[in-house]
Amino acid sequence: MEKLEVKKLNHSFGFTEILRDINFKLTKGEVLSIVGPSGGGKTTLLHLCADLLDVEEGSVTNTFASSAFAFQDARLLPWKNVIDNISLGLLANGCKKAEAIKKSQEIAIKFGLEESDFEKFPKDLSGGMRQRVSFARALVVKPSLLFLDEPFSALDIGLKKELQAILIEMISKKEISILFITHDLMEAIRLSDEILLLKADPGHIVKKFSYSLAQNERDDKYVYGESAKILQDEEIIDTFELELK
Amino acid sequence: MNFVIKILKDFPAYLWSGWGSIASIFLFIALWDMGNQIYGDLVLPSPLETFQTLWLMLQDKEIIGEINTTLYRASVGFGVSLALGSILGLIAGFFVTASMMSRPIVTILVGMPPIAWIVLAMIWFGMGDETVIFTVIVASFPIIFVGALQGTRTLDGDLKEMAVSFKLPWHMKFLDVYFPHIFSYLFPACVSGLGMAWKIVVMAELLATSDGIGATLGVARSQLDTPTALALVVIMIGSLMFVEYIILEPIKREVELWRS
Repeated sequence: MEKLEVKKLNHSFGFTEILRDINFKLTKGEVLSIVGPSGGGKTTLLHLCADLLDVEEGSVTNTFASSAFAFQDARLLPWKNVIDNISLGLLANGCKKAEAIKKSQEIAIKFGLEESDFEKFPKDLSGGMRQRVSFARALVVKPSLLFLDEPFSALDIGLKKELQAILIEMISKKEISILFITHDLMEAIRLSDEILLLKADPGHIVKKFSYSLAQNERDDKYVYGESAKILQDEEIIDTFELELK
Repeated sequence: MNFVIKILKDFPAYLWSGWGSIASIFLFIALWDMGNQIYGDLVLPSPLETFQTLWLMLQDKEIIGEINTTLYRASVGFGVSLALGSILGLIAGFFVTASMMSRPIVTILVGMPPIAWIVLAMIWFGMGDETVIFTVIVASFPIIFVGALQGTRTLDGDLKEMAVSFKLPWHMKFLDVYFPHIFSYLFPACVSGLGMAWKIVVMAELLATSDGIGATLGVARSQLDTPTALALVVIMIGSLMFVEYIILEPIKREVELWRS
């Protein structure tokens, strides 16, 4: 069984403690969100899980066959065109060039890019298009685990829904597991099986929320309803400092 | 390979865009001719006379030999600077300590006037190829070194992280992530290094050797042969312009298409 298991994870940068005693487990086909205010150590936690940072204390065990990362900003290579950017991960996995290009073109179309965009450099794309390319690059490798670092935060509502719909489709087919970092509770409720609330200074998990309804059956009413409910939660109010002082 | 074909395909369009520059060169020649009419042939020979002398010189095997000598010295000097400068610049860029330590040394190298290097080289190596080549190296090395150093130091940390997250193998990391960025710094540095090499080689020859374009220039001066001197200047400027505008600029345009 593929899983990502974090046990007793602590992390500090110099003398500043960033994370304290983090424990959770993500199994195959599951979507786990970590929500919390900005600067609460969410990104650090994600980087530790994705092996972009070295674990100092505690353990991160990742037995997923493959993983990919979609960043908050698109992080495309400015000197490569759309297709070459998308095929980067495929080529790194040893895929043949012609096949990589074919797969990249297919997924680019699926993500709403047009054939006339294929040869464009990132500088000629709008912010939303760049994020599509970045998503396509992460998903074209068919990762069994996807790390998402607030990838929707800079997008307009339409594009956000579109990209989320693609993810929801993959989730409902149990094709993918996701570790999702966000500060947007509604986004988290729409996509997750489980939400962990990370409180800052130092980052530690204070509460867990579970949602059992299948993602493709969650309509706007459900998401709004659950959001309203979660916003009444005292821990949430306290963590996000929602109370007027 | 596609890349070379693309450069060749875009070349005619690029040449066609050069009419403006050609007009400005002609304007410059017209001003030159005006200077000739005011100051006379001895001080400033007319463009026509200069180009006639140039034509005769290019028929002369001896002059071609001198040009080749200078070309040889400049290429060896520039080649060594290019190799040393890019390798050491890369190494210095990848290590913080090395880049900190190399900065003052580069300042010394850049700050030292080339003429001082020529004098020292004449003492160390005597009059000959080595002196000229050495001077060319010390003059153009720091430019290329700084280019490579800057390129390496300014690599984007976010892109590096992205490369790690996709588990790019080392050769892809270098070719697809690091190299294009470093190259965008190194290439302009090479262009100015080449210009520097070409200027310094003539100066060093004038002072330290008895052959090459520089030495021929020295002879023309002693004989007050202004047309020959000017013709040599035209050769130097002409070759530099040829390399820069006909060879390097089209490559640069193609390579840097991705820049905004």
